[in-house]
Amino acid sequence: MTATLDPDRLETVFPDKKPLYPEGEARAEAERCLYCVDAPCIKACPTEIDIPTFIKKIASGNVRGAAQTIFAQNLLGYSCARVCPVEVLCEGSCVYNAWEREPIKIGRLQRYATDAVMDPSTAPIFSPKPRTTGRKVALIGAGPASLACAGYLALEGVEAVIFEKRPVSGGLNTWGIAPYKLKADDALLEISWIERMGVEIRHGVEIGRDITGAQLLDQYDAVFIGVGLGDDTRLGIPGEDGPGVMGAVAWIEEMKLHMKRGTRIGRVIVVGGGNTAIDVARECASLGGAEVSMVYRRGHEQMSGYVHEMMGARKERVRLIEHTQPVAVLRGAGGDVTGLRCVRTEGGKNVAGSDHDIPCDLVAVAIGQSKLRAVARELPGVALDARGCVVCDPTTGRTGNPKVYSGGDCTNGGKEVVNAVADGRNAARTMLAAFAGQSGAG
Amino acid sequence: MADLSIDFCGIKSPNPFWLASAPPANTGEQVMRAFDAGWGGAVWKTLGDPIVNVTSRFAAVDLGTYKMMGLNNIELITDRPLDVNLREIAEVKKRYPKHAVIASLMTETKEDWRVLIKRCEDVGVDGLELNFGCPHGMCERGMGSSVGQEPKLLQEITSWTKEFARTPVLVKLTPNTGDITEPGFAAVAGGADGISLINTIKSIIGVDLDRMVPFPRVAGASSNGGYCGPAVKPIALHMVAALAREPGIARVPISGIGGISTWREAAEFIALGCTSVQVCTAVMHYGYRIVEDLIQGLSSYLDEHGMKSVNELRGRAVPSYQEWGDLDLAYKLVAKIDKDKCIGCQLCVTACNDGAHQCIFTGPDDRERPPHAHTHGKAIAPVPLPIGKHAGSRVPWVDEPECVGCNLCQLVCPVSGCITMEESRTGPPETWNDRVAQGRARVPGGIHD
Repeated sequence: MTATLDPDRLETVFPDKKPLYPEGEARAEAERCLYCVDAPCIKACPTEIDIPTFIKKIASGNVRGAAQTIFAQNLLGYSCARVCPVEVLCEGSCVYNAWEREPIKIGRLQRYATDAVMDPSTAPIFSPKPRTTGRKVALIGAGPASLACAGYLALEGVEAVIFEKRPVSGGLNTWGIAPYKLKADDALLEISWIERMGVEIRHGVEIGRDITGAQLLDQYDAVFIGVGLGDDTRLGIPGEDGPGVMGAVAWIEEMKLHMKRGTRIGRVIVVGGGNTAIDVARECASLGGAEVSMVYRRGHEQMSGYVHEMMGARKERVRLIEHTQPVAVLRGAGGDVTGLRCVRTEGGKNVAGSDHDIPCDLVAVAIGQSKLRAVARELPGVALDARGCVVCDPTTGRTGNPKVYSGGDCTNGGKEVVNAVADGRNAARTMLAAFAGQSGAG
Repeated sequence: MADLSIDFCGIKSPNPFWLASAPPANTGEQVMRAFDAGWGGAVWKTLGDPIVNVTSRFAAVDLGTYKMMGLNNIELITDRPLDVNLREIAEVKKRYPKHAVIASLMTETKEDWRVLIKRCEDVGVDGLELNFGCPHGMCERGMGSSVGQEPKLLQEITSWTKEFARTPVLVKLTPNTGDITEPGFAAVAGGADGISLINTIKSIIGVDLDRMVPFPRVAGASSNGGYCGPAVKPIALHMVAALAREPGIARVPISGIGGISTWREAAEFIALGCTSVQVCTAVMHYGYRIVEDLIQGLSSYLDEHGMKSVNELRGRAVPSYQEWGDLDLAYKLVAKIDKDKCIGCQLCVTACNDGAHQCIFTGPDDRERPPHAHTHGKAIAPVPLPIGKHAGSRVPWVDEPECVGCNLCQLVCPVSGCITMEESRTGPPETWNDRVAQGRARVPGGIHD
């Protein structure tokens, strides 16, 4: 089951930042690839896609083969082609950079290869093995980590069932990615492709409410926790409650799934200096926000957001207000937000008497997301670290409970989609090896 | 500026650059535009009884993003009435008296040749080129390459034309032959005043895998065509040089054809013995305008090398084209990698290890040499390991004692000047033929050992 999306929703106004190559351009770009040996781009990819090999296949016209190379390492190669910060990963490590030439457009080539096989009308490029293993795995949360894990399991003949408490699958891939990178319908297209491998997704099922951890452990051979992160962190300042103040992730979801084309974006202040903050600011600026500012408590050099993203934001006339800390949301008589009261900071401390008001209509708070601790508590032996992240071996996904694995944002506190995919894939490989070991001959 | 003008067995041309007999030299209007652009001469699209052509006619091989590395055609000789062509030739000669206009000819009987030659010479052509090279269509009718492949026939028809011709006769050779010197000697024996080569190479350029029909497709079928373009240059250069080093052939001038696109290729053909060069594919690709680069580039080259005339360049590289057995066995090269130019792609590593002699490695460790290595012991990693400006520790290193100097690493390296081949030698010059002469040619491990 997948929710239907309103074709008139606001995110559809965004053009693709990296549009699909026509065949000639794809081949021309692929031909530029040097086909490096022991290539740095592979090492820079968290899923270690054999990039030179897939690019050479595009050059030869073997596009399905290129897609197979990608999916062998990254089952969500379709969305990763769009959302990966290639500037700091594969493309950033291309040897052409050292040569002062444009790096190969790996992301766009990956999109070219994966787009070609995603449509339901194209012949499937994988044939899942028959379900003769008798093995069953439950996965909690239908985000990228679980989807990758479930897909790889299903391809090997394992019954993979994803439990998702929400009515829509995909996690942040569906409702959290900037729409000029990935739109919700594209995320859902990829999910239905994975479902066609035999993955089952049960929506509206919450662990601890509709089914207990004990039941999962009893009914399944293994459990994968891929719940991601929870609600946006709050500022905890006066005036925060009420309309006109939203968490950044919640605002992006609202914009992607529910706001209609033509929604007016007024003056916006985004609080935070991470990539989510930059995303919201760029989205608001692109949507015609009258004045879009980012308020960040430290200097730009300390921002966790990528430099290339901030450069893009500046080009879109996003103003960065550094060394500034909000202290109160200002509201008018009717309760509408009128501005944000801030103070200047110095060395991380508020400067006394530096209060000033910045007028705005919307405050988007992008200072992090809470941790979903409850699921881990449902599963004995699974520990949380001081931050509230699930403790697991990063290369195998193993938790303290030998039947329970985990990966993605709930284990790392919030990284890229490609990291979640790597985690899910590694957990699947570990489970498969464990199953093979348990069944003797394998 | 160096003098580019030439005298090709009496045919005068302001420069050595001629349009080859092909679509770019099909009509008077085209040839005049070409002369305006700077071409020194044109060999008119082959004249004879007009033919009927098919559609389509051309197909190409692209190499990566380079289009038309090789071109294949199944177009025949002129499809226009002879009197129309001749009228246009007369007009061109009237307007461009100092440019060379050569009529390419193809026909069958002796009487046909007589009439054709007379009619062409009557309108003022500077010379004649006998098309004994076309390897598609016309050869099925006993003309073109079917003549060029039979030295006796070639010689006989050449001698017919010499009976009739008042202007110089060039014989255009087909490369579709085992030893190019055989038709070369036959042409000279028949009285040819000059030789032009190569005509196109008999070819099938590819297959439409959906329709199961080779290219270029004509309805549901295709036919073998003639292959030309940059891809054929090495074959043409060899054939030109093979004739140029035969004194019995090289007493007549050679017009070189085959994949010439820039002044550099033109200079190569001239250095290997050509007096003029003919161009077709590059003009079909980029137009007559390329002649500007041909003229300027060749002039600059001649000036920079102290040559006052293009005639000083002619044949300069011929003496160094030798038999393998006369090459110096004691001459050695060793690959050197410039760590600061290296970008770390490591294509040299895989090329050497899979495609050559297993002597380029990476990393700080000494490496086991393969069991078949010429030298004993391990390949010793350099200390300190080369750390490149761009490539850091990804810079490969060469196991110099094992390097056979084959050049492959340099050929695959994308960065110009990064890999150089350093010269050395193992002793005084010695050739294989020297060894044979001295009875030292046996290499251990042979069939009877």
